Amino acid sequence: MADTAEHVHGQQVLDRVIIRFAGDSGDGMQLTGDRFTSASALFGNDLATLPVFPAEIRAPAGTLAGVSAFQVHISDHPITTPGDAPNVLVAMNPAALRSELHTLEPGGVVIVNTDAFEARNLAKAGYDSNPLEDDSLKAYTVYEVPMTSLTKEACADLDVKPRDAERSKNFFALGVISWMYTRPMEPTLEWIAGKFAGKPAVLAANTAAFKAGHAFGETAELFESTYQVRPATLEPGTYTSITGNTALAWGLVAASRQAELPLFLGSYPITPASDILHELSKHKNFGVRTLQAEDEIAGIGSALGAAFGGHLAVTTTSGPGVALKSETMGLAVSLELPLLVIDIQRGGPSTGLPTKTEAADLLMAMYGRHGESPMPIVAPRSPADCFDAAVEAARIALKYRTPVMLLSDGYLANSSEPWRLPDVSTLPDLRTTFATEPNHVDDEGNPEFWPYLRDPDTLARDWAIPGTPGLMHRIGGIEKQDGSGNISYDPANHQRMVDLRAAKVAGIAADIPEVAVEGDVDDAELLVLGWGSTWGAIDGAVDRARGQGLKVARAHLTHLNPFPSNLGDVLRRYPRVLVPEMNLGQLSLLVRAEFLVDARPLSKVRGEPFTAGEIEAAIREEISR
Amino acid sequence: MSDVEITTKKDWSSDQEVRWCPGCGDYSILTAVQMLMPDLGVNRENTVFVSGIGCAARFPYYMNTYGMHSIHGRAPAIATGLAMARPDLDVWVIGGDGDNLSIGGNHLIHALRRNINLTILMFNNQIYGLTKGQYSPTSEVGKVTKSTPFGSLDTPFNPLSVALGAEATFVARTHDMDRAHMIETFRRAHDHKGAAFVEIYQNCNVFNDGAFSDITGRANRESMLIPLRHGEPIRFGAEGSLCVTLSSQGHASIANVADVGEDAILVHDESRQDPDLAFTLSRLSRGPHEPTPIGVFRAVERPEYGSAVSEQLAAAQATKGPGDLDALLRSGATWDVA
Repeated sequence: MADTAEHVHGQQVLDRVIIRFAGDSGDGMQLTGDRFTSASALFGNDLATLPVFPAEIRAPAGTLAGVSAFQVHISDHPITTPGDAPNVLVAMNPAALRSELHTLEPGGVVIVNTDAFEARNLAKAGYDSNPLEDDSLKAYTVYEVPMTSLTKEACADLDVKPRDAERSKNFFALGVISWMYTRPMEPTLEWIAGKFAGKPAVLAANTAAFKAGHAFGETAELFESTYQVRPATLEPGTYTSITGNTALAWGLVAASRQAELPLFLGSYPITPASDILHELSKHKNFGVRTLQAEDEIAGIGSALGAAFGGHLAVTTTSGPGVALKSETMGLAVSLELPLLVIDIQRGGPSTGLPTKTEAADLLMAMYGRHGESPMPIVAPRSPADCFDAAVEAARIALKYRTPVMLLSDGYLANSSEPWRLPDVSTLPDLRTTFATEPNHVDDEGNPEFWPYLRDPDTLARDWAIPGTPGLMHRIGGIEKQDGSGNISYDPANHQRMVDLRAAKVAGIAADIPEVAVEGDVDDAELLVLGWGSTWGAIDGAVDRARGQGLKVARAHLTHLNPFPSNLGDVLRRYPRVLVPEMNLGQLSLLVRAEFLVDARPLSKVRGEPFTAGEIEAAIREEISR
Repeated sequence: MSDVEITTKKDWSSDQEVRWCPGCGDYSILTAVQMLMPDLGVNRENTVFVSGIGCAARFPYYMNTYGMHSIHGRAPAIATGLAMARPDLDVWVIGGDGDNLSIGGNHLIHALRRNINLTILMFNNQIYGLTKGQYSPTSEVGKVTKSTPFGSLDTPFNPLSVALGAEATFVARTHDMDRAHMIETFRRAHDHKGAAFVEIYQNCNVFNDGAFSDITGRANRESMLIPLRHGEPIRFGAEGSLCVTLSSQGHASIANVADVGEDAILVHDESRQDPDLAFTLSRLSRGPHEPTPIGVFRAVERPEYGSAVSEQLAAAQATKGPGDLDALLRSGATWDVA
């Protein structure tokens, strides 16, 4: 069932387990998974999660299109991925079984809600015969539990409508799994009590269902034993369980505090980025202004206006929105104003796979604007890392007066992991200086302000905000005279300004950490180069490959433009370079072009993250090539 | 305000050479604005002109204030963010009919319905000038241009009807041949709290010369321009012999005072919350070849967006206290690892 197991007092102790909850999108599977995750987090496990939603809000009940799943990996040791194949699948209906069974490990455990396995649901799921009655599941350990009827029974004596009772069956399933994996009940009961305080009937039904599920596990003599996954030994500190989107929103709040600039978010709702808008809209007491704009263009336009006014300005979106924002990004490049453009990547092109992850916007982030229009790019590697990435993106934007692209993705956005809370007093100082005095003298000796005079080290221009007496000036998208900022169509000046904007962004390489190499640093036969959310799977894959004696090193990029200054040397040091990417090879294309190395892409565009196993297999194949 | 500098028109003029075609109506609009600014009781550093793309959009370069010449159509969106972030500023939006009603139509209507504190001056010349003479969203049906050699098929927007339909709280029209009227209209627009929309009939003497001369020509004004004055009967023509009346269905029409009697004359009320009256006045003329109302059509009070945003922030700080980042990070379930 997992890597190791030992028996203690009739309980099997596991070092880790992967559970996948699956049901109809109306069955509350995300909530169930989330609650199991929280209880495990409070218990002290390390964990990683992978929510999988359908694109439709409520696809027809019982259909394959409507299946919603939540995978959680809990362990007694540090982990970085939601796990390759689940050990346990909880299937609330036939569609969930049919759609998710292929993910389960060979011989894994299936727990089904038998009440849902009636003719109509079987037909909707495309089953010709009931899989519980034929031989199709004989390779698995199947536990059949009539969850709907047991839940209704548990609620029979309560003043609860039958519909409310039935809708609590997800808490029954949670009760069963909580018993199986010896989770404490209190956190879940307390959460139910708090969440449904205003709805006494729902509170009562969910509580009864959860307790009934737990009691069923204990008394039904259906399950051979319970399992224990002991707390992980994590670095000392205070932890919370956090998703990428929440971490990103909090990182923006932190950046605003560290910069001592008010935060402005202009955004248009889009999956999977909307949760950042939702989260930031709550925090008005931090001085956060949010605008749900009329469209994506107004989202970035309003942000750019706020940036002109001296705010830390942000726009959040996903790929289709980035496409719409590209003209305004070009304006921000030309105006040389700080602006954060946050792209929570999803499957494309076009509407693509709105709820599924992909990381195929890298080349758009690099080159998706007309003219020579460079933008720094930062990409977080894990849900919690989204906090640091937001702070880093803000640092670059403010210090260099430039729009910065932050590339997260749907997987990071919705997945969660334990996060050791930082000491907020150690966060970097992001304060910037506004011009308050003239910086130039005109031909007649009068002081004046030139908006395009630059800091010789960073090439950042002087920034005077409206309201500053004596420094009135006009900026715009037309090419500007170097220094004065006045309109200039002079050919030599345009060459100079294009070169300056490129040099400014390239120069950031001196201000970011060198890329670190881990693993068999000195004698690896293969370097695995990653960026973004592939970090966890690469980490697991390299560890496994090295465990089997292969000589492998890994390096992971947080900064994609500019690249860390040592990247070329690192790449040239190893005979083979493998680049796992959730696209058709965009980073590998960039490093091949930049460094003339034979970096080979490992591509996956299935709307789901890599597993460690997939990368491990590719490492093996690449080394034996 | 005691801390307002005493300035002259020259103080509000930048050092940049004005580069519109000789004879362009934009010059007179620029002059009117520059003449008005010293009287508004504001400082140059607290004034921002934001524009999009088009001939009109060069305007900010000529004002000695803060300014941004942005991209086509987006000025209202950019100005929205600026006005929300900085309610202390006076933000003006300058654009043409293509900028505001074609590529930027969406931003315009949303800035108006949100009632962002902006003074929006739309230079309407019924043509695309900067791209050298294509028809615009306000060009008349049948307009022959480079892109419509057989005549345009598009029904034009009536800019004031659009603004009123978008719930704009201040809607006015003026024209480039009457400096005094422009100055007075711009002053009213500036002093309005919220989004103020002003349509300015502006002559493009290169690509659409004389588009408004039927009504704005000195000899035609008396009989073709209908001045709207709050609280006064709407009369025009020689010695006020013509007037506007309202039918029982609520439609405005033009009549001879002698025919309908003084009591039948519609009394202008710009402050009516219901925009019906302003709307019907905006429909009175089908184009600048018929008697056309000018002046303030609508001026009503509604909460201004930026102030409302600031109030929400203040209220949140009053109830929750100023933001505490450490407390935010610990706001979910936490656990300690020793």
